[in-house]
Amino acid sequence: MNPQLDALWVYLQANPLGWLTATLIAYWLGVKAQRAAGGRPYVNPVAVAVVLLVALLVATGTPYQTYFAGAQFVHFLLGPATVALAVPLFQNWPQVRRSVVPMLAALLAGAVTAVVSALGIAWALGASAPSLVSIAPKSVTMPVAMGIAEKLGGIPSLTAVMVLLTGITGAVIATPLLNALGLKDWRARGFAVGVASHGIGTARAFQVNDLAGTFAGIGMALNALATAIIVPLLWQW
Amino acid sequence: MIEAGILLLLCQLAGESVVRAIDIPVPGPVLGAVIMLGFLAFRRGVPASLGRTSQDLLANFSLLFIPAGVGIIVHVARLEAEAVALLAALIGSTALTIVVTALVFVGIDRLMGGAAQEPGA
Repeated sequence: MNPQLDALWVYLQANPLGWLTATLIAYWLGVKAQRAAGGRPYVNPVAVAVVLLVALLVATGTPYQTYFAGAQFVHFLLGPATVALAVPLFQNWPQVRRSVVPMLAALLAGAVTAVVSALGIAWALGASAPSLVSIAPKSVTMPVAMGIAEKLGGIPSLTAVMVLLTGITGAVIATPLLNALGLKDWRARGFAVGVASHGIGTARAFQVNDLAGTFAGIGMALNALATAIIVPLLWQW
Repeated sequence: MIEAGILLLLCQLAGESVVRAIDIPVPGPVLGAVIMLGFLAFRRGVPASLGRTSQDLLANFSLLFIPAGVGIIVHVARLEAEAVALLAALIGSTALTIVVTALVFVGIDRLMGGAAQEPGA
């Protein structure tokens, strides 16, 4: 290779700037792809971006740690964005207050279903014990799920992957699934997506309808609490 | 923007600090959101800059999951070995959870007479 190009490549690969830029471009392409598909949920921006970035890492032989050194600046914003969920929550407060009882009932049913059905299916199909612990908290937001898996002897980074795949699955299937059920209540639709598929589901809900997004955010936050309590209890049992 | 950034980070910082101080199983940012909600209720309104920044952040919420998601690259071997069990559990359980949660929400809402005030949208 040309020595100058070589020097440029070494710079790009070692410097956070290159991978940060690549992450934004990959996401932008994902969003473009979804728009080109008429906003259909089957083309998920996160899925597109992850596939592109994994292909790039493999093609260039870059270790994940090197990539993350750049991408961590995006990762960091997960915290402030979670805090920002309080804003639509406040703006839709009258709707939220009226829905407290159905929300709590749905939360309990959803949180238990998420954990028990994931464990049941994986166990029946012969998944290993560490995988079972890692998949149990799959429906809750990433840092919480990783914390639960770690406490119970699972593999936190495997849990992160399960959480990601669950989020994409929820974002992709929620709209057709809820349409098939004939459910039109944006509160119920959003809440279900938030409980089942956390932030990525919530992001999808905000794309569809603001009220659905708000309830998805509440569902995500409440399920983080509920699952953090339910999974350790189930384990003792 | 600066004002909004300060508010968001302060609430997160407060949330993280309380969670560590009293050792509860709640994630720091979630408690931070509760603190922010209290602040907005006390102020009886959303500062304009906070409104804009929050909207931008939430509109691109899914971008923030990409860095951790690329970590899938580290687990390819295990995923290959147990692909069927794990994928079936993921997809089946996610679908079931969405259906159960939504139906219970609507069912209880109707029992409580909430259907009358359904937004209908």
